[in-house]
Amino acid sequence: MADNEVIMKGNEALAEAAIRSGCRFFSGYPITPQTEILEYMSWRMEEAGGEAIQTEDELCGAYMLFGAAAAGARALSTSAGPGFSLYQEAISYLVGSDLPAVLVDVSRIGNALGDISQSQGDYELIRKGNGHGDTMVIALTPASVQEIVDDVQLAYELAEKYLHPVIILYDAAIGQMMEGVTLPEMSEHDINKFDWSVKGIEKGQHGRKITNVSYFCDNMYVGYEKYLRDKYKAITDNEQRWENVEVADAEVVCVAYGISSRVCKEAVRNARAEGIKLGLIRLKTITPFPVKAFEEIGPDCKGIEVVEMSIKGQMVDDVALATKCNIPIYGYLTSYLVPDSEKVIEVAKDILAGKAEEVL
Amino acid sequence: MATKEFKAPEMLRTGDPTGFCPGCGHGTVGRLGFEVLDEMGLLEKSISVYDVACDSLYMWAIDTDCVGTAHGRAIATAAGVKRVRKDCPVWAYVGDGASYSIGFQHTVWSAVRNENITVVIINNGVFGMTGGQMAPTTLIGQKTTSSPAGRRADVNGYPMDITKILTGQDIAYLARGSIDTVANINKTKKYIRKAFEKQMNNEGFSLVEVLAPCPTNWGLSPHDSLERIRNEVMEVFPIGEYIERGVK
Ligand SMILES: Cc1ncc(C[n+]2csc(CCOP(=O)(O)OP(=O)(O)O)c2C)c(N)n1
Ligand code: SF4
Ligand SMILES: [Mg+2]
Repeated sequence: MADNEVIMKGNEALAEAAIRSGCRFFSGYPITPQTEILEYMSWRMEEAGGEAIQTEDELCGAYMLFGAAAAGARALSTSAGPGFSLYQEAISYLVGSDLPAVLVDVSRIGNALGDISQSQGDYELIRKGNGHGDTMVIALTPASVQEIVDDVQLAYELAEKYLHPVIILYDAAIGQMMEGVTLPEMSEHDINKFDWSVKGIEKGQHGRKITNVSYFCDNMYVGYEKYLRDKYKAITDNEQRWENVEVADAEVVCVAYGISSRVCKEAVRNARAEGIKLGLIRLKTITPFPVKAFEEIGPDCKGIEVVEMSIKGQMVDDVALATKCNIPIYGYLTSYLVPDSEKVIEVAKDILAGKAEEVL
Repeated sequence: MATKEFKAPEMLRTGDPTGFCPGCGHGTVGRLGFEVLDEMGLLEKSISVYDVACDSLYMWAIDTDCVGTAHGRAIATAAGVKRVRKDCPVWAYVGDGASYSIGFQHTVWSAVRNENITVVIINNGVFGMTGGQMAPTTLIGQKTTSSPAGRRADVNGYPMDITKILTGQDIAYLARGSIDTVANINKTKKYIRKAFEKQMNNEGFSLVEVLAPCPTNWGLSPHDSLERIRNEVMEVFPIGEYIERGVK
């Protein structure tokens, strides 16, 4: 077996993939269920010649990341739930300063302290939060250990393409599960490759200023308004990612991401074997929200089944907008329990029998 | 009679005017930092990191690489820059509100981790940028917009003295200067030079706090502000060198 073919835990695979993608700065603070990333980085980063720092808190971690990104490095900070809440101001500053960086939220159950088991309760935090002032990030939602690995490389590419923070969101189940993966080859990132990054000037050069981009725009907010809207539009137009499974003729279409989407895939297979036309839209990005995925839904569709580990049903609004409120939306919502594929099919049957209650 | 010409570094003269209030201490203290870097041949290579407060006005005045970060996070940000740019002199130039109040943990923890950066903190006893509210360094009895009857120890605690907090910490350098007289300005410049020398020798964390006036929010003339530093502020915050690695 080649060295790159390994069985790894999701969190450790993320750390290794980041290093192999040229990440040479990591900051973290212990919080379950992502602590393995910090622990892995604490020995592995030094081997790779980079810096892994356990900071005094997530604020320091996020702003050290900000500094490393400003200096042109590929940088990573990871946290979960309460710790990710503390990242919010820094994410706004990364957006406002056009800095590429990757942050990871391994979501856990509950508001306040909650508990350490899996959940998908951070959807709105990542999709609609991100600190003050008209912010939006790019958010990737991998559903397997392999996809975590692939998304890390993609995250740095997108971050640098748009000069923008990218968040990878996955739940504790995927972070903790072990699966076979193919890792990328080791690569180095050239810290001097960007003109804009701070590195000290040569004689005769002008100093670079990493700060609010709005300060450099025509008439400040007149120019920045257009700049940021255009950037968000480019991201929204170009970076929607999804996987559709048997959607075109489906009478019920599940919408899910992460661990829930894996269950739905099994449900689609089993339902089809029973003759029930079930389909799945799996969101691989939640920002931009893959509206285009919904174009494939056919005229036979009787309802959408949102399958989400969220008390509120946080995806529902986005699904309603993506379908222009033309299709009834039902939910199979849990919180800490990973959805069950048989229950997914039961809910679909109820929808078809007119027995299910709409969530909106 | 012998004359001496004081010249600001070229790169400070090519930028925009700072816009500090007349008699503001920032004009002197920041310039000392740039002069030291210039004299050491390090100015081009340097990276300075600013808070959002009055210190950040230097970002547009100095024609070198700069990073502007969030309120209270300049020291953490500078540490992040330095970790990946070990060949560059990196310094955070910040206010006392930023570094002793909202971002205090980064001041202490950068010292604990002995981050190889230089920090210059303006102790002007107020939150200058936001209009003169009480700062951690506001003296007992000092009136500010958020301590209108004067700071009270029973309500607000005592002024925070970084030299006491970092006592015994194994860092490269800690000193407090003042700019109330030419002699003290020259002394402060020596402190700042030492701080950068320590960084370039990879000795770790160096911090120079500087007592400086904010005439606007003190409600005093520039001249009387310097008098106040001499007569009142230095009583509470004595100047001198506090920690120097290798020197007992
Ligand atoms: C999170 C946050 N809280 C509050 C502020 C508002 N704010 C900007 S500067 C400042 C105080 C600055 O005082 P100091 O650091 O002492 O700098 P000075 O202007 O006195 O040099 C405050 C409270 C902010 N920008 N961000
Ligand atoms: S408010 Fe105070 S610190 Fe700010 S520029 Fe004016 S004098 Fe200087
Ligand atoms: Mg102040």
